[in-house]
Amino acid sequence: MKLITTGSAGTMESNDIMITVEPTDEGGVQVELTSNVYQQFGKQIIAVIRETAAGYGVENALITAVDKGALDCTVRARVSTALMRAADCRDYVWEVRQDV
Amino acid sequence: MVMLNDIPHINEISNHGLFAGTAEKKTATFRQRYHQQNKVVPSLEEAIRRAGLRDGMTISFHHHFRNGDHIINMVVDKLAEMGYHNLTLAASSLAAVHAPLIKHIKNGVITHIETSGLRGELAEEISRGLMDCPVVFRSHGGRASAIRSGELHIDVAFLGAPSCDPYGNANGYSRDDDNGIACGSLGYARTDAKYADNVIIITNNLVAYPNAPWAIPEYDVDYVVFTEDIGDPKGIMSGATRYTKDPKELLIAKTAANVIEATGYLYDGFSMQMGSGGASLATARFLRQKMIDQNIHCRFALGGITGQITAMHEEGLIDRILDVQSFDLDAALSLKNNHFHHQIGATYYASHMISAAVDQLDFVILSALEIDTDFNVNVLTGSDGVIRGAIGGHPDTAEGASLSVVVAPLTRGRIPTIVKYVNTVVTPGDVVDVVVTEQGIAVNPRRADLKEKIEAAGLHVFTIEQLQQRAEALVGVPEPIRYKERIVGVVMYRDNTIIDVVREIDENE
Repeated sequence: MKLITTGSAGTMESNDIMITVEPTDEGGVQVELTSNVYQQFGKQIIAVIRETAAGYGVENALITAVDKGALDCTVRARVSTALMRAADCRDYVWEVRQDV
Repeated sequence: MVMLNDIPHINEISNHGLFAGTAEKKTATFRQRYHQQNKVVPSLEEAIRRAGLRDGMTISFHHHFRNGDHIINMVVDKLAEMGYHNLTLAASSLAAVHAPLIKHIKNGVITHIETSGLRGELAEEISRGLMDCPVVFRSHGGRASAIRSGELHIDVAFLGAPSCDPYGNANGYSRDDDNGIACGSLGYARTDAKYADNVIIITNNLVAYPNAPWAIPEYDVDYVVFTEDIGDPKGIMSGATRYTKDPKELLIAKTAANVIEATGYLYDGFSMQMGSGGASLATARFLRQKMIDQNIHCRFALGGITGQITAMHEEGLIDRILDVQSFDLDAALSLKNNHFHHQIGATYYASHMISAAVDQLDFVILSALEIDTDFNVNVLTGSDGVIRGAIGGHPDTAEGASLSVVVAPLTRGRIPTIVKYVNTVVTPGDVVDVVVTEQGIAVNPRRADLKEKIEAAGLHVFTIEQLQQRAEALVGVPEPIRYKERIVGVVMYRDNTIIDVVREIDENE
């Protein structure tokens, strides 16, 4: 997947996560997370974000995440959508699970 | 002429000898005396001096002004200005508004704190190791017992009052000149007033004698100080505590009401206490409908009182209200207007040393931050290990009531409520009977009688382990909180035995 623009998905509501994806040329996938449950779930949220990006073959990106207690399934959904938007890609079938 | 020695058994009859005349008869009018005998002193500073406060002593405060309290900050600022050090601050509870105490802990004015709870910046700083001596957390009943027994000796009590007469009769509202500040019951302050060596009432509303009805009688009061500002009415209480609209809380409440009905504790003449949390308040609404449908009434409602309870009283569904703390303006107004809405003190509310009102409870609905698979409840520390709550009457009512029901969502955001081990044990599983979440009911195995009745009513009962696993399946396993060795808080059970400790949090990566 090639990222060409900034893509975002999610909200700042409770139990959601706001994901912003920016294309970068190098440095791998960097994740900047703020979370109200950082201490308890920070590592896990970052791992899910990285796994999801890797599932789409993204090699370089800056992913900013503002988490309000989202479950893993929500994190995956928001990251997937933000990546699709950053790649300006409409070639998706959300009904069929793509990653994992 | 009577001779003492003529009286048989005179040595066994307590007496002060023979009558020797009276003091000179007073002839001044009531109004003239008023100016000579009153307890009003010109300033807080003067009252502190006259009370004989010295370094190392214990001062006390009540928390009926909640987050609108200006008394504690004002008094401790004054004590700092007067050069006091090494004082113990024993408040019935502390709120976020008391963050300025941090500087007075740093400058050595306050070196020890006793309270029911801590919130906001002060709580966070204490969790990070602000104080050398651990904070002592007691329940409302435990504090009353400690004061009564002398374990917690109060040298000077500083008690804010929305009305007081010049002789010291003080109350949480006024019948005369209401001026915007009312807190309803002064129940927690009554224990301080009764047992403290010196009592200073601080009021913004000096009313004519006698300020009846009073919460604190003049014979428990030494000095009265007038000041314009005792607190912010908006922070002291809001209109009526609103019913929740959260469908999750409503489902919990409805289930809790069904559980209470199923267990047989909802009968004509029952007694109850409701917490002020969303789900526990909403339970009152579902119970109300059952009471109307079945034509039964409640003999008494106890505790922290809300407008929901006073509305049911005014409807004729609740005979008596025993009010140690009024949670909203509707409750305060009811205390003022309804004859059978009765104000009680903390000792009678919840002390284990006497036959207290909590011992007459059929059921209590309580909330929780965490419940573990041994049914232990934490209401004091958050999921990050930081102090952020208050014990309140939780253990007192859980033990006193025949049926204690803890209501809580299975998860809050991503934080599980039902866990393997609570961070801090405040109320032991020994006195917690039923847990109700939106995803199921669990009954303490100790209460097989309840499980049988609840299942007979067609409600499904899970094990607490099943609920814990369900929460874990949803949110995952949180990383354990990192603590340092140092103890920053000591948690007392209601009999003032140490049930748990709170440790300093470790924030290093």
